[in-house]
Amino acid sequence: MKLDSKVPSGPVKDAWDKHRFEMKLVNPANKRKYHVIVVGSGLAGASAAASMSELGYNVSCFAFQDSPRRAHSIAAQGGINGAKNYRNDGDSIQRLFYDTVKGGDFRAREANVYRLAQVSVDIIDQCVAQGVPFAREYGGLLANRSFGGAQVSRTFYARGQTGQQLLLGAYQALEKEIARGGVKMYNRHEMLEVVTIDGVARGIITRDLVTGQVEAHVADAVVLGTGGYGNVFYLSTNAQGCNVTATYRAYKKGAAFANPCYTQIHPTCIPVAGEHQSKLTLMSESLRNDGRVWVPKKREDCSRKPGEIAEEDRDYYLERKYPSYGNLAPRDISSRAAKEACDDGRGVGPGGRGVYLDFADSIKRLGAKEIAERYGNLFEMYQRITDEDPYSVPMRIYPASHYSMGGLWVDYNLMSTIPGLHVIGEANFSDHGANRLGASALMQGLADGYFVLPYTIGHYLASNTFEKVTADHPEFRAALESVQQRAARLLGINGKRTADSFHRALGKIMWEQCGMARNEAGLTQALQEIPVLREEFWQNLTVPGTGDSFNQQLEKAGRVADFLEFGELMCLDALHREESCGGHFREEYQEAGEAKRNDDAFCYVAAWEFTGDTTAPVLNKEPLEFENVHLATRSYK
Amino acid sequence: MSGTMTIKLRVWRQSGPKAPGAFAEYTARDVSPESSFLEMLDVVNDALALEGKDPIAFDHDCREGICGMCGMMINGVAHGPSRLTTTCQLHMRSFKDGDSITLEPWRANAFPVIRDLVVDRSALDRIIQAGGFISVATGSPQDANALPIGKADADESMDAAACIGCGACVAACPNASVSLFTAAKIGHLGLLPQGQPERYRRALGMVAQMDLEGFGGCTLFGECMAACPKGISIDFIKRMNGDYIVGTVTRRPEKVTLGSG
Repeated sequence: MKLDSKVPSGPVKDAWDKHRFEMKLVNPANKRKYHVIVVGSGLAGASAAASMSELGYNVSCFAFQDSPRRAHSIAAQGGINGAKNYRNDGDSIQRLFYDTVKGGDFRAREANVYRLAQVSVDIIDQCVAQGVPFAREYGGLLANRSFGGAQVSRTFYARGQTGQQLLLGAYQALEKEIARGGVKMYNRHEMLEVVTIDGVARGIITRDLVTGQVEAHVADAVVLGTGGYGNVFYLSTNAQGCNVTATYRAYKKGAAFANPCYTQIHPTCIPVAGEHQSKLTLMSESLRNDGRVWVPKKREDCSRKPGEIAEEDRDYYLERKYPSYGNLAPRDISSRAAKEACDDGRGVGPGGRGVYLDFADSIKRLGAKEIAERYGNLFEMYQRITDEDPYSVPMRIYPASHYSMGGLWVDYNLMSTIPGLHVIGEANFSDHGANRLGASALMQGLADGYFVLPYTIGHYLASNTFEKVTADHPEFRAALESVQQRAARLLGINGKRTADSFHRALGKIMWEQCGMARNEAGLTQALQEIPVLREEFWQNLTVPGTGDSFNQQLEKAGRVADFLEFGELMCLDALHREESCGGHFREEYQEAGEAKRNDDAFCYVAAWEFTGDTTAPVLNKEPLEFENVHLATRSYK
Repeated sequence: MSGTMTIKLRVWRQSGPKAPGAFAEYTARDVSPESSFLEMLDVVNDALALEGKDPIAFDHDCREGICGMCGMMINGVAHGPSRLTTTCQLHMRSFKDGDSITLEPWRANAFPVIRDLVVDRSALDRIIQAGGFISVATGSPQDANALPIGKADADESMDAAACIGCGACVAACPNASVSLFTAAKIGHLGLLPQGQPERYRRALGMVAQMDLEGFGGCTLFGECMAACPKGISIDFIKRMNGDYIVGTVTRRPEKVTLGSG
């Protein structure tokens, strides 16, 4: 497999302008002759579908929820970065670029990141024009807050519901285009296969989740905006429906999967409370602007009430270890520091897996009213879940799976190794390297959907000719049949364990062996355990009901089946990468407790190529070159 | 931590839109007060699946109160007994050991039942299609700070924009009116300068669509506001009615100007 990143030659700051001029265009009258499928309706999918429809393309958009507005982008809380420098605090496109490359621990592609920083400015303008009610100051101008991994305030926000408001902006643009007839929306449809003809993506197979009908959809290009795979850990901050199926199915059809071991464990989530827990809830990183993270210095203090522990007996470990970034150290570093404190026996709350996030000082300094103004809805959410009042006792938090930096490999045009199959947002791998900075996911999803893909897809369509194909084509018929057979197989096992129980077991393996800290022995063990669990799944699964009706257990079983294969790929990637970088922390590779990269041997993107169900995937490497931000050990001290 | 609870459930079961429905009874045992309401249902469903019976279908996704996917009538109350709380954020500590809980889907003609507690809310999307947006194509609009918006307006707009589209307002309304949902969008956009050019056209379009979808009329009972998990104020309905009246009075026929394209 040849990995051609297609990064334009010349200085990085001119690359996108140069590329935009060099790309081919589609004549306005011809655009409507092209049909593009977009799978997913989150920030990336909805913004791409709406923007392409506005340009004149004929678009179909698919979502497994009952409305495009439900996509999990809606849950993003804290904000979106934009290099506007409205604060006059030294921000610039160059600085956002630098922060993101460094934050990603030098494992992202420079040219993509630079473009992301460039278009970040346009995103803010676009969203305001759509009516996104960002926070304002009394003078009527936009407010900003700070986020981890940056020393400037460049984050725009709408209370603690920034993702919701940005998604509603994109959703409304999408609904406008649906009403105009430019987009045909398929709600409650799940994509279960990519269809390729002579190696080129020409459509998808979906299951109508209400009727069970398996359908073929033909197009000239396919776009996946299907999000991340954080639910491989079972417990995560992702929505229940988030899954790897679309990207994993594409991988099995020939799209390389890049850096699957790069997963983000978010430091501030509400800790696990019981065995029936189905999800972990994020508390926005923005809370670390005003909350101080600490654990008791002495183990024996852990069972005492936090208010009874004297100031000098508290260990504000982030402020102690990283004085210049303090509580705003990047996510990977903050998460590991919390784990270390708990491993040291100084964790708090049930099970000892928690640390305090304390607002007492800020409430004293700013008043409870100001804190309520900034974080009121987050405090309410915390109280609803834990029954504790964070205005009077510190929050308890612990890291949880949140985001996946890895994803399908894409070139500078956001096209995967399958021609015609484009991948946007969290589903691709390109911009965050080994660790994503806060408030950068919303930025990337919208950058891809509003400002990158609408250009690059035109170039792809104009550069190729498309034979007329119908759903009767043998490739479509074969793919449709394979999807039907798979459903029948899942329904026919008639075993004794539910899909959820297998998912929980997989999650436990992944969290313990491929979570916040990994090592060779653990990963090797996981690589033995996962195939055994998968084998049992196909022998002992039970799925009640039928395939031709609304059947949530069948949906879940299909997703778990893919996670059971994908988890193995993730561990394989983690095992092969014998270095620590960003979210990938290999215990064998550290220096004074900090991650130790190995740039000589691992400064590349690991793009895995599927070769068959019984053969090992092949590792392809895209070397990473850093010409603008020089390779250095990341320091937040 | 307190002990576990036993809960009796009476659940509406309906295999499809046209099938007759009926209540069925289940017992949820060993329920932890710390678990969420949907986690309690997960356990009941797991047991049903192991017996080879059809689990109770219910919509849910984010389980953190923001996606708007979940929602059911819990003892006749939309989203259950806790105020400002979606079903997924309701916790079992709100109930007592031995309680009986009746679960029903949202009941409204415009929300046909798909299965059990799952309803079709696509009418809400169609109301948005009828004008719930600002017509601005992706491109290069003016700088975001070129349009100052007073904090009070921005905040009030955000109060309305917080709607999650769950449909509880419809389910709670004796008339099955969707006015609070529609008014929230009209308020969100109409309070901002960007929303002014289409303000009255938007009100006319969206109000007409809610009638077309078969929702009932609003008689200001206020049940919607009490049930709304995001606390959207009924004052937005007043605002919507104002915009609608102005729109009706000032409506101008759409002219076709030959050759203008």
